[in-house]
Amino acid sequence: MIIETKKLNKSYGKARGITDVSLSVREGDIYGFIGPNGAGKSTTIRILLGLIQKFTGEATLFGKDIRTSKEEILKRIGYMPSEAWFYTGMKVEEIIRLSAKLRKQDCEKEAKDLCDRLQLDLHKRVEELSLGNRKKVSIVCSMMHRPDLYIFDEPTSGLDPLMQKEFFDLLHERQKKGATVFLSSHVLSEIQRHCNRAALIRQGEIILTGTVEELSRTSARRVSIQGTNQVPSLEGVSDVFSNGNSANFLYQGDMKLLLGELWQLPVKDIIITEPDLEEIFMHMYTENAK
Amino acid sequence: MAIFIHEIKQSRKSFLIWSLSIGGLILLCMALFPQMKGQMDEIDAMFSNMGSFTAAFGMDQISYSTSIGFYGIECGVILSLGGAFYAAQLGIGVLAKEEGHHTAEFLYTHPKARRKLLLGKGLAVISCLIAMNAVVFGFAVGSFWMIGEAIAWREFLLYHLAQILLHIEIAAICFGISAFLRRSSLGIGFGIASVMYFLNIYANISTSADYMKYITPFQFADAAAIIKAVKLDMAAVCVGAVYTVAFVFMALVKYTKKDIVA
Repeated sequence: MIIETKKLNKSYGKARGITDVSLSVREGDIYGFIGPNGAGKSTTIRILLGLIQKFTGEATLFGKDIRTSKEEILKRIGYMPSEAWFYTGMKVEEIIRLSAKLRKQDCEKEAKDLCDRLQLDLHKRVEELSLGNRKKVSIVCSMMHRPDLYIFDEPTSGLDPLMQKEFFDLLHERQKKGATVFLSSHVLSEIQRHCNRAALIRQGEIILTGTVEELSRTSARRVSIQGTNQVPSLEGVSDVFSNGNSANFLYQGDMKLLLGELWQLPVKDIIITEPDLEEIFMHMYTENAK
Repeated sequence: MAIFIHEIKQSRKSFLIWSLSIGGLILLCMALFPQMKGQMDEIDAMFSNMGSFTAAFGMDQISYSTSIGFYGIECGVILSLGGAFYAAQLGIGVLAKEEGHHTAEFLYTHPKARRKLLLGKGLAVISCLIAMNAVVFGFAVGSFWMIGEAIAWREFLLYHLAQILLHIEIAAICFGISAFLRRSSLGIGFGIASVMYFLNIYANISTSADYMKYITPFQFADAAAIIKAVKLDMAAVCVGAVYTVAFVFMALVKYTKKDIVA
């Protein structure tokens, strides 16, 4: 395992932290860590990076305990925080050089290649950069030393669609060369498209883990009907939207029963689709919240 | 080394401002000496009869009419207080600013042990203070040369040595406190420097506050006492060194275990 946590707990007094978070990230995974704001994603990541030291449970990366082998572990990690902040007054090239010096590595060539691909102006001062450009600096700093593990916290916020594509292209290239990626996001389509495994965290607790395929697989279906706004009164019907003479809802149950009920309604058209990951997770957030 | 150089670069602007301001004010102040020299006997007599005020600034111990006496009384305040404020600014911000300026996640996710970062930052603070004192020393020597007065070297060197120790101790106290803060707080730093300075004034006025020399470093760095005795109060210097080490140790313990939560 590249990342393994067992029963991680962290509390901030009365404020919620995380409870019994257990994760396993294998070598070569692109692992999605999904959850709404304040769910505990950043707290978990900060523990993995050794930024938070007062916690209970176990956190090992590359088979080593983050508490005792932090420096050794951080050498093999590239991290991009959700909000990329740098030292005011410094130029982009100075930030990148500082990062390389702190790592005691010559990353000049790799950094130049990354800057070219991300179209980053090296001569600008950090206070002149937009959020997107600060994110690009952060991407360069996290990738230029070619780490074995990439940890990204909300990586695409602020990046335009072209740069998001470039970023994910880079990630897939690195993954093909053997790197592991752990990325937190609340953009589920991103996770569905790019990750092979994922975990869902809500209110500080992991409520689901597995492959993205497994997580997407569900017997629930999204049903849209035209001709009536009446919805069958069956067990398993949820998430109902209706207006005018149309309605749509999620249905989990025996399809024969549903068709029987729909047969009795003035339905003109019907579309039954598999819900996407986003829909499933939104459903789970609300279901679990209840 | 990388963090040391980084900190030095980050401090360039404030170093220049403080060094040139303190040095320039000393130069300006000493430029007044030749004009006042003719009236020094009367000024000396007047200043030595102002009761508590005379004692507060050490004018009962040294003569205002000598260039070193004038330097100690007039320029002493500029260097000791100005330098203490600079030391406080450096010390109080150097650890806390990473969280305050949101750069903590960038810095602390590099493979550098916190104790090494602390060492680099601490050395940068000391280097800035020594460099500031060196620039001011240059200005001070230049000011004597400018007015054509000879320097009483032993008193002069001892006084400037004491200033370095004073500034390092103030910076160390603020450094220790900085480890507990989540953002740089200039108010706390300047407050500490001010309280220490006023405790020194209190100790100079009071006849029963000798113990203050073990509390405020302004006492062992007081120009009047050094110029009069031509030596440093080593007991007070040693106590100051203990405070310095204790606060740095406190910073080390707190900083290496500190959670970065935002």
